[in-house]
Amino acid sequence: MSAARGLATLAAGALFGFGLSYSTMIRPEVVLSFLRFEDFGLMLVMGGAVVVVALVYKLAPRMLARPLLGDHFHTHPSAWNRDTAVGAALFGVGWGLCGVCPGPAIAGLGAGNWDLLWALAGITLGALVQGLRAK
Amino acid sequence: MNLSLSLFPLGWQHYLLGGLIIGLGTALLFVLTGRIGGMSTVFSSTWSYVLRRPFFQQARFVESRGWRLVYAAGLILGALVWWLGFAGSKPEATAVPVWQLLVGGFFVGYGARLGNGCTSGHGICGLGSLQVPSLMAVLTFMATAFLTANLAARWLA
Repeated sequence: MSAARGLATLAAGALFGFGLSYSTMIRPEVVLSFLRFEDFGLMLVMGGAVVVVALVYKLAPRMLARPLLGDHFHTHPSAWNRDTAVGAALFGVGWGLCGVCPGPAIAGLGAGNWDLLWALAGITLGALVQGLRAK
Repeated sequence: MNLSLSLFPLGWQHYLLGGLIIGLGTALLFVLTGRIGGMSTVFSSTWSYVLRRPFFQQARFVESRGWRLVYAAGLILGALVWWLGFAGSKPEATAVPVWQLLVGGFFVGYGARLGNGCTSGHGICGLGSLQVPSLMAVLTFMATAFLTANLAARWLA
């Protein structure tokens, strides 16, 4: 990874982490209050992010021959199959229990929330077990 | 009580602005490097540094593990900037019990990796690229999360 690309990746992640913090998504209580229909803020967070990403994913490949610091624009096709369905359902059970998803589990550490280390440990172990069980 | 107060008792501006900033981060990664920036893959790809099993040694993990860790470090950096510059430097904490964080986290990690995406991978990147399977995944995890969170509030509180 070139230094410029590394720096770009760090800066993009920093914006992501700042946004997660500014929108208070790093507070499990706020996420859980959405899941209990007490505060619909998470819809605005996700909606705002999706609109920006949809525009840029659509327009950038039309306006640029290649990424400014890369070879080509990647795509990540998703598939609907048994693994996706079961995985998403289990993800939701976990998310509803702890109010923490992967981004906030990482970002929260930057705001001094050491409690989230428990969630981070759980996620890391869950990913390990998934990989060990996979064919 | 007016509608915006009942839907957003803590205000709505910070949610929308924060969401736009999250989107800008994901968009910046794409414009500069061409990469799709979901957050859950790093939890599989990082294991490839220490585990020799073929599953973890797949090219998609080994080739992306470096930048994914840098991206994760960026998340921490961004939150640090917010904490020191905007939040009055009082450390964040949560009252969610440790066992819920640990067990819930386990299912989050297992499920996100089995289902190939989380709230950012399927939610932001998948919906942002208008993929129907990602929409189905989002609807599925929203449904089970609503159910779990409400049952937990009733039984565990």
